[in-house]
Amino acid sequence: MGHLIPQSIVPYVIPVICAVVIVAVLPLLAGYIVLMERKVMADMQARLGPMRVGPHGLLQPIADAVKLLLKEDIIPEKADLLLFWFAPLLSVTMALVAYAALPIGPAFQIADLNIGLLFILAVSALGIYGIVFGGWASNSHYSLLGALRSAAQLVSYETAAGLGLISALLLAGSLSMKEIVMAQYDQGVWFIWYVPIGFFIYLVGSIAETNRAPFDLPEAESELVAGYMTEYSGFRWSLYFLAEYANMIIVAGIATTLFLGGWLRPFVSFHDHLPGTSVELLDALPSLLVLGVALYCFYLAPKQPVKIQKLFMGAVGGLCFLLAAILAGALFAPAPVQQGIHGAFWFMAKVFGYLYLFLWFRFTFPRYRFDQLMRLGWRFLIPLSLVNLITLAVALLLTREWGWNLRLTTILSAGVTLGVAALLLKEDDAGSQMQTADGE
Amino acid sequence: MAALNSILFFFLSALAVVSAILMVTRRNIVHGAVYLITTLLATAGIFLLLQAEFLFVVQVILYVGGIMVLFVFVIMLVNLDVSLLRFQFNGQRFVAGVLALALSAQVFLAIWMGRNSLHLPEPAASIAAKNTEAVGDALFQRFMLPFEIASILLLVAMIGAVVMAKRRV
Repeated sequence: MGHLIPQSIVPYVIPVICAVVIVAVLPLLAGYIVLMERKVMADMQARLGPMRVGPHGLLQPIADAVKLLLKEDIIPEKADLLLFWFAPLLSVTMALVAYAALPIGPAFQIADLNIGLLFILAVSALGIYGIVFGGWASNSHYSLLGALRSAAQLVSYETAAGLGLISALLLAGSLSMKEIVMAQYDQGVWFIWYVPIGFFIYLVGSIAETNRAPFDLPEAESELVAGYMTEYSGFRWSLYFLAEYANMIIVAGIATTLFLGGWLRPFVSFHDHLPGTSVELLDALPSLLVLGVALYCFYLAPKQPVKIQKLFMGAVGGLCFLLAAILAGALFAPAPVQQGIHGAFWFMAKVFGYLYLFLWFRFTFPRYRFDQLMRLGWRFLIPLSLVNLITLAVALLLTREWGWNLRLTTILSAGVTLGVAALLLKEDDAGSQMQTADGE
Repeated sequence: MAALNSILFFFLSALAVVSAILMVTRRNIVHGAVYLITTLLATAGIFLLLQAEFLFVVQVILYVGGIMVLFVFVIMLVNLDVSLLRFQFNGQRFVAGVLALALSAQVFLAIWMGRNSLHLPEPAASIAAKNTEAVGDALFQRFMLPFEIASILLLVAMIGAVVMAKRRV
């Protein structure tokens, strides 16, 4: 085997395999996030959601994908052809390229760049051109307005989100995604406990950047039909959709890496070895969780109405059981293998937790008006993130120069920032009241 | 590896030059913006080739991801149909020709005089590993004063913009 492939390409084999896996799995994952979204929405609205295709709608994403692929590809007559074709591709390519620096577990990362975080931010910022040019090339007023809103929104919220990220970077002292996680491992705590306000700012900013509700003004259906994708149909439309969901996973991955400890398990610094082995009790948690899901599937299987659905539910249970077995088996494997598999599990679990927040917000908050969106971004979030950054820098100075306890100083800095936030809100209230008075 | 670097360098340079020319000559202003973005990205690629990855990323985030988005935003707000019908070249061919000749003579002279020192700079291997830190150190230690002056200039510009916008409200 060694003499079959030249030595110079050996270092590229594993990254290429990782890349192929990501590109192959991501569309499927995006499809199932859509299903998750519909199920969560149904649950919050006391409905059942998709139930027809497969047991509990488990095959719905595949049916949707087939439908989208077979649909007619409609191109508006006066569209700018080249840009119209190119724009969705640009969106989806940039969303996929950003995965190159995202560490899904210690073993599964395409490239550990020393500017990893900046690379992801830069590449996903390029994705906006897919939306802007797509909206322009459609030659439709709805599309153009959606594109303009999207550009304005991204530029406004990128600043606040970036400043929110810097608060975690100050603690980590590196831009490499891997080293940021390792810094959290060394300090024995997830950075969200040190900079909760930074996390909150990034959460709001990331929702606005991915055009999700309540900031989904670029595709507000009550005003703009479907915004920048109004004129798109079939496969091109689904590319936009894929890009949106890929971007959601990216921002969730960034938040997970910077604030939620990346692939680390909860209670990183807590070790409770079973007597006589290297197995830790907390490491058994993933396999127990998945085993619970598997048992629930087996419990549900006989209750399905049709035989094929019973079989399929059983198969899903079997898959979960297999996954639980792999996770349990990894406990007894060498440490790198165990950390690789469990790291990927924890990373995905946190990413999905973050995505659940996205869905929760979508079904809880009504959509913002555009001036409200801009006011929130420019007059509340950006000043707040600047104050947060300054107080955190002072806290770090106190800790590093005078040896104060980091927990104490970060709590103080968060307190000061909250005080400023209250002031900002109060002033903003007064300002908006004055404005309405002027208007009358 | 060196051959690959040269190929990439000439590819990126050609891309930058060609798209710069296309940017100036396109009638459709949005297409011009697309070519300007391509030029900026190709330049960023050349930075990356020199192992200045921090400059690469800053170029992409600031110029392509920030400033150009605002450019495109403004372009789309302007009525394009009118500008497409407008006369795009005025007839000062003689003056333009003389100026172009003078400029190319200048460039040619500069290249001719420096023909002995014309080679691609080799990336410094020792700095390459800690590139971002090196940029930070240089900015905040050696070039502290110019850096701060530039920041204050930007701050003044920003306050000026706010003041001018406020007057209207």
